[in-house]
Amino acid sequence: MARIFAYIVHKAGVADDSAAQLAAAAKKIDPAASPTALLTGWGADLNAACSALRASYAEIWTISNEALAYPNAELIRKALVKVLPPGSIVLVAHEHFGIDLAPGLSIKLNSAFVSDVLDIGGIEGSDLKVVRQEFGGQVSAHVRCDISSGAVVTVRPGAFKSLESAPVAVTVVDKSSEVGALTAGRRYLETIVAEAGDVDITKHNVLVSIGRGIQKQENVAIAQDLAEALGAAVSCSRPVVDAKWLGKSRQVGSSGKTVKPKVYLACGISGAFQHLAGLKGSPFLIAINKNPRAPIFQVADVGIVDDILEFLPELTNKVREMHSVAAK
Amino acid sequence: MEILVCARRVPDTSENEIELNSAGNDIERDELVYSINEPDNYAVEEALQIVARIGGNVTVVTVGGEDDEEILRREMAMGANHGVLITDEAFSGSDARGIATILKAFVRKGNYDLILTGVQAEDGGAQVGGMLAAMLDYPFASLVNSIEVLEGRKLKVSREIEGGNKEMNEIDLPCVLSIQTGINEPRYVGMRGIRAVASVPIPTFGASELGVDPGAVGQAAAKVKRVDYFVPALGKGAEMLKGSREENVDKVLELVAAKGGLK
Amino acid sequence: MVEGIQSVSQVTSWLVAGRTLFLVIHILGVACFAYIVAKRLVPLLRAERDLRFDRPLARLEKVFKFWLGQWKHPRYKTAGTLHILIFAGFILLAMRAFTVLIVGVSQNFVMPGFSGRAGHIYDIVTDYAATVVFLCMVVAVIRRLVFKPVRYEVPARFGKAHTADAVFLLGLIAILMVADSLFEAAKAASQSQLGQPVETLAVLSLPWILQIALLPVALATIGKVYAGAYLLHEVTFYFLLCYRPFGIQFHVETSLFNVYFAKLDREILKPVRWGVSDEHLDQVKSFGVKTFEDFTWKHMLDFYSCADCGRCSDNCPSNAVGRPLSPRFLTIKARDYAFQHYPMFGHSDDGSSNGNSKPLIGHLYSEDEIWSCTTCGACEEECPLLVEYIDKIVDLRRGLIDDGNVPQSLQKPLKALESRGNPYGKMEKKKADWANAKEFQQVCQVKTLGKSNGADTLYFVDSITSYDDRIQSIGRATAKILDHVGENFGILGAAERDSGHEVRRFGEELLFTALRDHNVDAIKASGVKRIVTADPHAFNALKHDYKDVPEVEHISQVIAREVKSGKIKFNAVENGDKVYTYHDPCYLGRHNQVYDDPRDVLDAIPGLKRVEMSRSRDRSFCCGGGGLMLFYEPKEEQRMGVKRVQMAAEAGANVIVTACPFCMVNLEDAIKVAGLEGKMTAIDLAELVDQEMVREEQKAV
Repeated sequence: MARIFAYIVHKAGVADDSAAQLAAAAKKIDPAASPTALLTGWGADLNAACSALRASYAEIWTISNEALAYPNAELIRKALVKVLPPGSIVLVAHEHFGIDLAPGLSIKLNSAFVSDVLDIGGIEGSDLKVVRQEFGGQVSAHVRCDISSGAVVTVRPGAFKSLESAPVAVTVVDKSSEVGALTAGRRYLETIVAEAGDVDITKHNVLVSIGRGIQKQENVAIAQDLAEALGAAVSCSRPVVDAKWLGKSRQVGSSGKTVKPKVYLACGISGAFQHLAGLKGSPFLIAINKNPRAPIFQVADVGIVDDILEFLPELTNKVREMHSVAAK
Repeated sequence: MEILVCARRVPDTSENEIELNSAGNDIERDELVYSINEPDNYAVEEALQIVARIGGNVTVVTVGGEDDEEILRREMAMGANHGVLITDEAFSGSDARGIATILKAFVRKGNYDLILTGVQAEDGGAQVGGMLAAMLDYPFASLVNSIEVLEGRKLKVSREIEGGNKEMNEIDLPCVLSIQTGINEPRYVGMRGIRAVASVPIPTFGASELGVDPGAVGQAAAKVKRVDYFVPALGKGAEMLKGSREENVDKVLELVAAKGGLK
Repeated sequence: MVEGIQSVSQVTSWLVAGRTLFLVIHILGVACFAYIVAKRLVPLLRAERDLRFDRPLARLEKVFKFWLGQWKHPRYKTAGTLHILIFAGFILLAMRAFTVLIVGVSQNFVMPGFSGRAGHIYDIVTDYAATVVFLCMVVAVIRRLVFKPVRYEVPARFGKAHTADAVFLLGLIAILMVADSLFEAAKAASQSQLGQPVETLAVLSLPWILQIALLPVALATIGKVYAGAYLLHEVTFYFLLCYRPFGIQFHVETSLFNVYFAKLDREILKPVRWGVSDEHLDQVKSFGVKTFEDFTWKHMLDFYSCADCGRCSDNCPSNAVGRPLSPRFLTIKARDYAFQHYPMFGHSDDGSSNGNSKPLIGHLYSEDEIWSCTTCGACEEECPLLVEYIDKIVDLRRGLIDDGNVPQSLQKPLKALESRGNPYGKMEKKKADWANAKEFQQVCQVKTLGKSNGADTLYFVDSITSYDDRIQSIGRATAKILDHVGENFGILGAAERDSGHEVRRFGEELLFTALRDHNVDAIKASGVKRIVTADPHAFNALKHDYKDVPEVEHISQVIAREVKSGKIKFNAVENGDKVYTYHDPCYLGRHNQVYDDPRDVLDAIPGLKRVEMSRSRDRSFCCGGGGLMLFYEPKEEQRMGVKRVQMAAEAGANVIVTACPFCMVNLEDAIKVAGLEGKMTAIDLAELVDQEMVREEQKAV
């Protein structure tokens, strides 16, 4: 059985949530396996992240190199290729870094590649059985990946529940010396932080979130009315920002903001995972959508099949009624 | 600048209802309408804007069959200088790695400064661009949402990362970029443009022209295979409210209040 | 007149002495004018062709009605009356003016046939005419400076106010009248002083008043006044003549031609290029209007002919809600462009008159300005000079489409129309779902026409009625009505594509022809002999955009006819609180003049209280537009629909009846946005008729 590695993304010394999820995914590939964490970086941040991983991994490989102070996938790929044994299975979270690193890594390792995996059905012969989604989550697919020469697998964040157990002993192996000089045709310059909008959606307990189902800019007001009545804020999914109906600061998702509200009203949102990836902390998710087969209904707590353009105004009226009664 | 855009023809998600077929092993393909994968369209628009600024040519290539020609024509109607169809029976059933192998052979036949792909297609793979770059040994950047051409065979690109932040990178040419939607506003392609290119001959390339070993691509060589499509049972999905709109509104209000969502 | 001059040689000596001067002024004036007009014609020679030389009799009829008859003017009472008086005055004074001019070089000149009594009567009439024109000038100036009608205002983005120029011109005309009157007055005064038979001046006319003022003045002075007035008249006349082509007053010369060459077939849209049939369109290199020279010569003549009256923009719903479009300035800006780029001397600064014209979009017009138009036709309905707008907007949109410059919000429905034949991207096989729903089939059987299913009548449903959940009820009501009156009808179902009405008006001509050709084939294959639709846009398309299809009617026409025949009878309405008003859909009312049929239907319902909004019939206010317009995201201060429902409320109504699915969508939406929910409802005519119709079962009870 090939060795399983999990590449861990970290920032400012904090390991990403996906670290424990990747460990869980590894267990589904091979319950007997003990995955090795891979960490690259530099200095105090790297050390801190390494410490944090002790809860999920028995062995951690670190590569410390000044060139890797900022995680440049091009450089990291070169480093990993130097240290990974042939035929390894490498797990990476399927988000912006993983998308950058993983496909090219599979080529350089001469192994198979399968992305955005939601579930793993174990190994059968030389095949790894996984579940993926297609068409924006409208259908799922059983996929087999030949791992006889290894594989790079990206895993959907949140798809695998972190496991509780802590390993007994932790070995940290420093692989820095095996890497050599690192240069690449791509150089990191800086990060431009998104403009703070008028509203910080990460600070709200209740979010009225709209998707493509809002249909036009002028209907955004319907959501704003409800938000106002509830004392909530309006957030949205990507298509609303692409259409320029709301600013980027309102976007919830893997390329937007991560929010942890108590209640999340997903209105006219289909439920693409890139959007759901921005929801943390298990909010109470109420989904309203015209399409009874929208993927959001699979993850929501409560679902209503209705036209948000009709439903929301009625909800707003009811809230206002309730407030005016209470005021008396 | 010579720009190559790798595009794909996919079922249009907004104008189709994706359903399983009656046999339950594939999606119902009978009445699907197809169009170019949306991120690929953004990529072509970006390429057109770059050559409008600094000169050059835009070539759009796709790996497929006769049906896929229509997207090449559409992009040519949009302004692309060349459309190329890579087609060969040996290629059918290729997985992403196979496609990347085929595209690499095509790239080697030309002299492209910049290769663009859409960030992902309907299967959510997001893989061909990165694979192609690694095979060519070109630098790669994914999720690109802005491109600036610099002096000295370099580009300044921004990548879309979390929180809406932008990661600015400098990247050497030749390189491969995967393009995210929203990078620009693609121009409209009207019927007239499409008619005008309806009879333009589209060169085709097969395995022999590209020098691709048929054994390395196609169904047999694919390491990743989709077994079937299915719709998971909505077992632990949402509790669907079944009442009238008024009843549902009341219930929602009750739930929001119960979960601490009302002041 | 002849005797007067000969016997007051002292007086006329000045005139005679000035003959050379006057002759020189004549020659200069006419030459100048000819040069100016020639220069003004240059862009028209570079323009696209426009076939307007056919049917001269029909054209003359229009000249008679709209130019001579000033038909549109009374729509604005004050300005209309003023203008009719001024215009009549000008027509009457024309001959007098020429006579006076010629007199300067040929003293004894009299117009043939006007020496005797006819001439005398003519003189009296023209005395009053000059007076009236003068008074009108005074009133007009006061209107401009004191009352300042809103429609004359110039929004800041369009430049400075036009008041100074207007007052200047009005003043010049007043001076012309005074000069003319003074000339007559001086002659009469001198005759009177010399004890000669006085050329009688009309009592209380301006010349008459001036004559009285001149009576005590010395003869020699009168002579100077006489000559001076003449010179003033001549100079003012020629100044005006040569100045007019530099501004809105050019309409004095061009209006006759503009009306003569006006469009005869109002509802037939301009083809992409005149003289190029559909089959040869692929040979046309560029579609639409992108540069100024892409306009046709008639459109350029329109630009010259605009009188800046502002009536178009005053009625334009886009303008009223703060969209960037103001039809008046669409024209004025183009006119100014023409003046700037085709100057009197030399070439324009940027060499653009040499054929390197700048694109209009982005320089003269913004894209939003052009997309904002709902093609409601209110502007064309108002314009007294018959300036055409819709063809220009469509042509400009053709240019935008050709360049791929289309807002993303419109690209999606256009793409869906191309792949699915409807802007919603819904599947063709679901087009007849509204009719095939089980519960509905039990109430009313709607057959889908096909090989085994034929019918006399086609009910053309079109996209929104087929696919929109709310609007499907209009389809069902229409089907039930047709069923009730025993119409043998069917629908095309999956074979029906969108009528393409807005596709064409948004400039996607080839997509339109694809949709149209598909529909025409399906209609022909069905073998129907007539078509009925409840959608005014489809109605307009089938009637005017489609060729070789059977006659088409709107459901309101069918209902009105069957009410008269007795096949449709109504129960009395029960709710006494309801006050109904009818909103004229643009494409049923203004574009196709179907105003009375829907009203007759409503009035046939016993107990139905109906009020009329102040803006009704051909002055109806557009609901916001239909078809592709529902997808466009305009920059506006308010929705048109909101304004319209407020108008309904002002008229005292609480139910708006309309006969168009797009009006329904816009008005129902507007009721919510305007906060009138619960206070106002909207209902379609077919829905109302279906609701109130007496049915056999009821009769039995």
